[in-house]
Amino acid sequence: MLASLDIANAPQAPVTHFSSEHCALSIEQFNLAYAGKSALRNLTLSVPRHRVTAFIGPSGCGKSTLLRAINRLHDLNESVEHSGHIQLEGQDIYAAQMNVTELRRRVGMVFQTPNPFPMSIYENVAFGLRLQHRLPKRQRDDIIEWALTSAALWDEVKDRLHRSAWQLSGGQQQRLVIARTLAVQPDVLLLDEPASALDPISTLKIEELIRNLKSQLTLILVTHNMQQAARVSDYTAFLHNGELVEYGPTDQVFTNPHLQRTENYITGRMT
Amino acid sequence: MSRLFAAAPRHRLDKLWPWLCAASVALSLLMLSALLTLLLVRGLGHFWPATLEEITLRSGSVVAGQAIRETPLPQEAGVERLYFKGNRDVDGVSWHWVDIDDITSRTTPHDLIRLERAPWGSFIGRLAAVETDQQSLHGHEAWDYLNNALTLPANQRPPGQLLLVTAQGETLRQPLDSVSQALAPNAMSWWQKTHTWGTNVWQFLSEGPRAANTSGGVWPAIFGTVLMVILMSVIVTPFGVLAAIYLNEIAHQNRLTRLVRIGVRNLAGVPSIVYGVFGLGVFVYGIGGTLDSWFFSDTLPSPTFGTGGLLWASLTLALLTLPVVIVATEEGLARIPDAQREGAVALGATRLEMLTRIVLPMATPAMLTGVILAIARAAGEVAPLMLVGVAKLAPQMPVDGEFPYVHLERKFMHLGYHLFDTAFHGEDVQAAMPLVYATALLLVVIILVLNLTAIFLRHYFRRQRGSEC
Repeated sequence: MLASLDIANAPQAPVTHFSSEHCALSIEQFNLAYAGKSALRNLTLSVPRHRVTAFIGPSGCGKSTLLRAINRLHDLNESVEHSGHIQLEGQDIYAAQMNVTELRRRVGMVFQTPNPFPMSIYENVAFGLRLQHRLPKRQRDDIIEWALTSAALWDEVKDRLHRSAWQLSGGQQQRLVIARTLAVQPDVLLLDEPASALDPISTLKIEELIRNLKSQLTLILVTHNMQQAARVSDYTAFLHNGELVEYGPTDQVFTNPHLQRTENYITGRMT
Repeated sequence: MSRLFAAAPRHRLDKLWPWLCAASVALSLLMLSALLTLLLVRGLGHFWPATLEEITLRSGSVVAGQAIRETPLPQEAGVERLYFKGNRDVDGVSWHWVDIDDITSRTTPHDLIRLERAPWGSFIGRLAAVETDQQSLHGHEAWDYLNNALTLPANQRPPGQLLLVTAQGETLRQPLDSVSQALAPNAMSWWQKTHTWGTNVWQFLSEGPRAANTSGGVWPAIFGTVLMVILMSVIVTPFGVLAAIYLNEIAHQNRLTRLVRIGVRNLAGVPSIVYGVFGLGVFVYGIGGTLDSWFFSDTLPSPTFGTGGLLWASLTLALLTLPVVIVATEEGLARIPDAQREGAVALGATRLEMLTRIVLPMATPAMLTGVILAIARAAGEVAPLMLVGVAKLAPQMPVDGEFPYVHLERKFMHLGYHLFDTAFHGEDVQAAMPLVYATALLLVVIILVLNLTAIFLRHYFRRQRGSEC
């Protein structure tokens, strides 16, 4: 009786730590509030390099907010206040000397609904490149082919690169957006429920793409879909009410969670 | 679905309301087509060489002229017909009302001619002879000589005069260089009449007005209208777009912004003459007067910029149409999903790059819609122009070969004002009426062309960004 109580009340398992050579991103004591309303509280976790880390949790738990904080997209909204640190490869991304546009190049982001720009497929992928520097056309073409190939889209669009991107299907559009992000060679790719607006087959393609991409960069995936998190991620963080509840290797979090709350959520007893 | 609608009517209006809607559409279309038909028939008909009649009255007098219309007399006392007989220099009037019961004979002789002359307008009658220094020609020879001479510009014609005879038998002499057109419409074939009609239309479009705007063409007014509208668009578009970007993309969306937005929308409803007063007070007297005292003090007191002119008129109309452009652009900006903006920013674009490369191209069709609405409003506006620079007759065009080629301080002619002036301020309003219809038609056509250009541009930009799928 006592023993089982002890297990239930066991202190939270120590937050997973990675040595600096394996850690791409580390978040320390991070707090964030929208117009005075707290959205993230005292978050501390580190994200391993060349792995897929999934953020799961019920709606409104702050997982998308955290994702946007890593890309400093909250800068556009002036009612957002934050404290604490987020370090990308050891550099504080909120430091005064941080170049925000360079940060956003290094930390790519893919949104829930595909948002290709109203231009050709080619121009979509070239968009980020053109912002950086002028490249000879040959070199630019090579990068675009590489990005589209990495996003598993090249074979489908190579004959119609100069057609409107809006003519692609939803799944193709999402892969185009991923290619567009890859073209500027980011270190980290943030994916905010990238498959939630897609059909099952497109979802599988995206998941396969995510698994393949981790040899190139670090991926962080926000998802509502437990199976998806289990299928593609190496590490899983469970957030609830703006706090980190549990973080660990995906196998462990899904099969043997430390905390009752995590288990309840994963098994669908709490939404 | 149709079965659902076919359910038993619960109310009498249930069956009636689609017809009511259809009827209102039909009525609007009917009125529009009536308007266009009236303008087309009255406006373009004026240039057709009309048949000339020679009538003998019971009193024995003879009248030659063009039948215009018939009016019934009061108390069923018969019908009166109006003839245009020209020859204002002979008896002081060019119109003649005839009771049709008084007409004893009505013929259309082939030798009746109609001349257009510089001082006195139309002459209708016969050509008796052409007298030059060396010879005197009669009959066919005279007519051929006259037509040959008319192919030359007035100042290069050989000296000579025409001996003319009216239907009543009075003779008059007309110098050859004062005649601009000679027609014998009763002797013309259908093809010749068509050709003359085309020539007349072209002259109307390409020449300046004559005889205090009661005849001649409207080219300076066309030029003034189009130039003013283009200048207005060039001024209003950047201002309107920048203001809309500020309101939608930069300003905090708080109470003050909402207040400004409501204010802008309401400005669109201010009567245009109020803008005219503002333009007169601020642009003409304020800014123009100051410019004069700084740069043109040697010509004072005669003003250069301190009087109405093309620039002030364009500025006033730009102010008038600014709310339209702001509102349309803002609506276009608001329609662009935030996902597009975030997508650009997330790729490392600065705010300016996001605006210029994603947001503005996407909002271009909406901007052009604003410009289209602005053109439609500005090209038809007359009231404010009367205060800030339009002229009944501008002696010089605003663009000419004289340095600096574009003279924005000059007064200009405008089709809308020309219309007003021709219809009410001429010495022979009856004679100018067809020109009023023709000018109105032209104004409609010009606004249509300007609008179509903008619509074509909008379509082009839409296609370019591939959103037609």
